[in-house]
Amino acid sequence: MDALIEKLKTQIIEQLNLAEVKPADINPDAPLFGDGLGLDSIDALELIVLLEKHYGIKIQDPKDGKTIFQSVRTMAEYIKSQGKS
Amino acid sequence: MDTTITTYTRIRRQGILSNDQLFYEHNGEAATFAGDAYKHLQLSYPKFHKMDLLCKAGLLATETALKDHASFQSLDMSRVAIVLANRASSLETDRQHQRSISDKSNYFPSPAVFVYTLPNIVIGEIAIKYKITGENAFFVCEHFDAALLHDYAETLLKSEHTDAVLAGWTDVDQGLTDTLIYLVERSTDSNKNTNFKPHSFETINQLYTL
Amino acid sequence: MIFASSYHNIISPLGLNSHENYEAVHSGTSPIKQHLFSFSADPFCVAHIDDSLIARATSCVKHAEKHTRLELLSLLSIQDVLQQSGINAGDKDLGLIYTTTKGNIDLLEGDHPGIDPNRVYLPVFANYLKQQLGLVNIPLVVSNACISGLLGIIMAQRFIEQKRCRHVIVCGGDILSEFTLSGFKSFNALSPEPCKPFDANRTGINLGEAVSSILITADETLAGHEKTQLVRGASANDANHISGPSRTGDGLLQAIQQTLVAGETLPGFISAHGTATPYNDEMESIAFERAGLTTMPVNSLKGYYGHTLGAAGVLETVISLMALHRQTFIKSAGYESKGVSGQIQLIDKTSPGTISSFLKTASGFGGCNGAALFMKA
Repeated sequence: MDALIEKLKTQIIEQLNLAEVKPADINPDAPLFGDGLGLDSIDALELIVLLEKHYGIKIQDPKDGKTIFQSVRTMAEYIKSQGKS
Repeated sequence: MDTTITTYTRIRRQGILSNDQLFYEHNGEAATFAGDAYKHLQLSYPKFHKMDLLCKAGLLATETALKDHASFQSLDMSRVAIVLANRASSLETDRQHQRSISDKSNYFPSPAVFVYTLPNIVIGEIAIKYKITGENAFFVCEHFDAALLHDYAETLLKSEHTDAVLAGWTDVDQGLTDTLIYLVERSTDSNKNTNFKPHSFETINQLYTL
Repeated sequence: MIFASSYHNIISPLGLNSHENYEAVHSGTSPIKQHLFSFSADPFCVAHIDDSLIARATSCVKHAEKHTRLELLSLLSIQDVLQQSGINAGDKDLGLIYTTTKGNIDLLEGDHPGIDPNRVYLPVFANYLKQQLGLVNIPLVVSNACISGLLGIIMAQRFIEQKRCRHVIVCGGDILSEFTLSGFKSFNALSPEPCKPFDANRTGINLGEAVSSILITADETLAGHEKTQLVRGASANDANHISGPSRTGDGLLQAIQQTLVAGETLPGFISAHGTATPYNDEMESIAFERAGLTTMPVNSLKGYYGHTLGAAGVLETVISLMALHRQTFIKSAGYESKGVSGQIQLIDKTSPGTISSFLKTASGFGGCNGAALFMKA
């Protein structure tokens, strides 16, 4: 799980062009949206692309993103639950 | 009505020239220009890194032009217009989006790229950074057109709704940027005294040839 | 006084001229159909111009194959306006404003024998139209997202007032392409069903394709038999987000407030942008309510054409001008039950009425908004 979390952090930074953020800056339990990383609606769409591109997971209903993308940990748990890690 | 160009920034491959002073000289690769200039400016605006080069160039030029122009903050931002033009529209980013859909087995169009496939997004990015909510216009022209920029800014300044126009040219094609951003305001005694640049075709052309 | 003349054209899935289009809209026809594209597992709806319609249009065009699809439709549209108005293409007082988001973007993909790939550059494309039509003045391209068409009309008025030219043809055009479809798909913005602007069950946009042109002039003798004054227009920016509309409708409200002057009679209806995305329609309803337009009939024409991007502002103005002179409120197609929080009145049935003016609005990516007022002259 921890390895997946670390991998995800790097992928998020790359996919979302978070040039001033380092993996260590991201708390895996902190909310991804809202204050923390300053992510917005386009970033949410990019995270959907990230899951599809790197893990072959298609999110059918974008509304599911709300729960999946709560934090890096929830993302990792979701990937595990899909048997795609 | 007298109008004055109160501040300007010119960006070329070699660096950034602002209000007759060389502000930043770029000796590296063209590809590192925007990032290096951002560091040099000591900007802290994480959104910058998500932008395409067209928006980065527009934002760097605006930031440099406005940072020492203290009176800008006293303007009513709902009465500031943004009028920009270029030649290549958003083609640089268009090509990037096209590449993401050209291979059917590796087909991942990116929303964060696609959103920049409109040239007026640079107006939006500048508007967001400075909370400018006035008139918008993005023209696409074969050549730098000082007359068009001049005339359209004058029309807006003659209307009852516009006090200042952030105008210029920002073009990105094949990795190269070519940007001129300037602010036009109605002339006052104070802005006529310092570094006076009348708003005319000649001045705009002079600034572009810098 | 500046006139939005009755010399205009629409080439769309609903027909090759504005009359065919108006009749189809009036009778409630919609060409929006579900398609399955190779790049998407799920189907979605678009409004596509049938090849048979294009064939009908091009039967009289020599060497049609040397033009791109957008060039061909644009040339036909502009030529129709020139013919109707009797203005000579070579008139030195005539200007052309071309409004588009993507122009010949289809040239980025594949081989196009006999077509200069540089025509993907908008000024090169516009210059090609100039040469083909025999215009004197260099066309001006406006690319301002989804307000391009309406902004082009507002600019035409400003250029004429400034005496840059005496007549301006504003032509707006965008075609369906995998480029835009795949992009909007990545935004999860495309609806699998015909779009339902302002409706409680709206599920996103349908992309459409069209070219539409109109002559704007200071010359009353060229205003046509249905004279309309282009009173004024304005644009404004939300300064909020590059793709998400303002939650409070600030930019659209500002554009409307600068267009409607206190003390003047309120317009008879609003031709809204109404794309059928959840946030856009909600934002518009809030802006209309804040502008005090709570009792004014509102429609969106996207239910007939889909979203035609750079053409939308021109096309929707032309249909609204015709409705104005036919004293008709056009139903907001796809609308059944109100799904926005702002207090507004959607037109639920095409019906006769007494109308002397209308307000056209548009909003787009980059936070831009536009509004313009048209009045029977």
